[in-house]
Amino acid sequence: MSTETSEPPPHVSAQVFLDGIVAAVRSVFFYVLVGNYLGLGALAYEVGLNFWWMALSTLLVWAAPAQIILVSTLHTAALFEVALAVTLSSVRFLPMVAAILPMMRRPGVRQRDLLLPMHLTAVSVWVEGMRLLPLMAPERRIAFYNGLGVGLMSAAIIGGAIGFVLAAKLPPLLAAALLFFTPMAILMSSARNSRTLIDGLAFGLGLVVGPVVAAQKIGLDLMWTGLIAGSIAYAVHRLREARRKAGP
Amino acid sequence: MSATLSELGPVLALILFGFLPNEVWRLVGLMLVRGLDEKSQIIVWVRAVATAMLAGVLAQLLLSTSGPLSSIPVEVRVGAAVLGFAAFLIARRSVFAGVLAGEAAVMLGTYLFAV
Repeated sequence: MSTETSEPPPHVSAQVFLDGIVAAVRSVFFYVLVGNYLGLGALAYEVGLNFWWMALSTLLVWAAPAQIILVSTLHTAALFEVALAVTLSSVRFLPMVAAILPMMRRPGVRQRDLLLPMHLTAVSVWVEGMRLLPLMAPERRIAFYNGLGVGLMSAAIIGGAIGFVLAAKLPPLLAAALLFFTPMAILMSSARNSRTLIDGLAFGLGLVVGPVVAAQKIGLDLMWTGLIAGSIAYAVHRLREARRKAGP
Repeated sequence: MSATLSELGPVLALILFGFLPNEVWRLVGLMLVRGLDEKSQIIVWVRAVATAMLAGVLAQLLLSTSGPLSSIPVEVRVGAAVLGFAAFLIARRSVFAGVLAGEAAVMLGTYLFAV
């Protein structure tokens, strides 16, 4: 094996990018995003935002919960409050980006090569990336992840566009029901991906700790949920590792 | 002239109050892991925190009393999630089956019970 960290030739890179798009189309999230953004597009139409605004918000924000906040409060709440609500809903991106980017880093990868993977990181792309990247040679991961992200983002933009076309015929209650695609996809794909104790425990504890933290009304709910439940899961994982090493 | 302004307004609001407050977390994540290895213990912990936060997002969407989803009763949302998860297990952990069953259940429940 060569110790050279050579870049894959450009045609391989394009091929890997296409593989990423194919993986996106094969992912349940592709269809979930079409459905979810269909609902979001219809709600955006309802409050008088236009089609291009919707597409641009997907391209720039790329976070369904934040976009739901934007669409439903941009015309009613103070803009400062909107920004605060958006930023509180997006704290999850910090640990998500921090957990996935090291999989793509290797000698020769510059910080700016990671800017696109960083921006494309959202729940859907992250969940599929965490599952698929470890199966892949490190030098292919950035191009694959970019393809995956662009493919899934396209699904969201298509869904948003269909939402605008159908908006006049879609009752707001049905549009809201379509937003339910997102929690369902989070639940099932996390359950499928939780193969290790630490993942399953972090997710299960998060489900319990989340509502408890929310009931305390101390604010920053998501951050505390992540820190408390994630740290307990990590501690249990470390204890078990230590016991396994010490044991026979 | 005023038409252009009213078009520019929402876009500017989107960038200042949507894009920037959202993107800042991704940028901080990128900055913090400079030079960290995917196998390092900090990353293992960070991954657990991210997974727990994702569960927190799920709990919020199921139980929230504000936003568009709040027009669907909490009982309907939780019930549909339970039904969807049952379908997921019955269909030998098929994500497609679970998501479709949950979505169908929430639509039926919304039709029957929403005010």
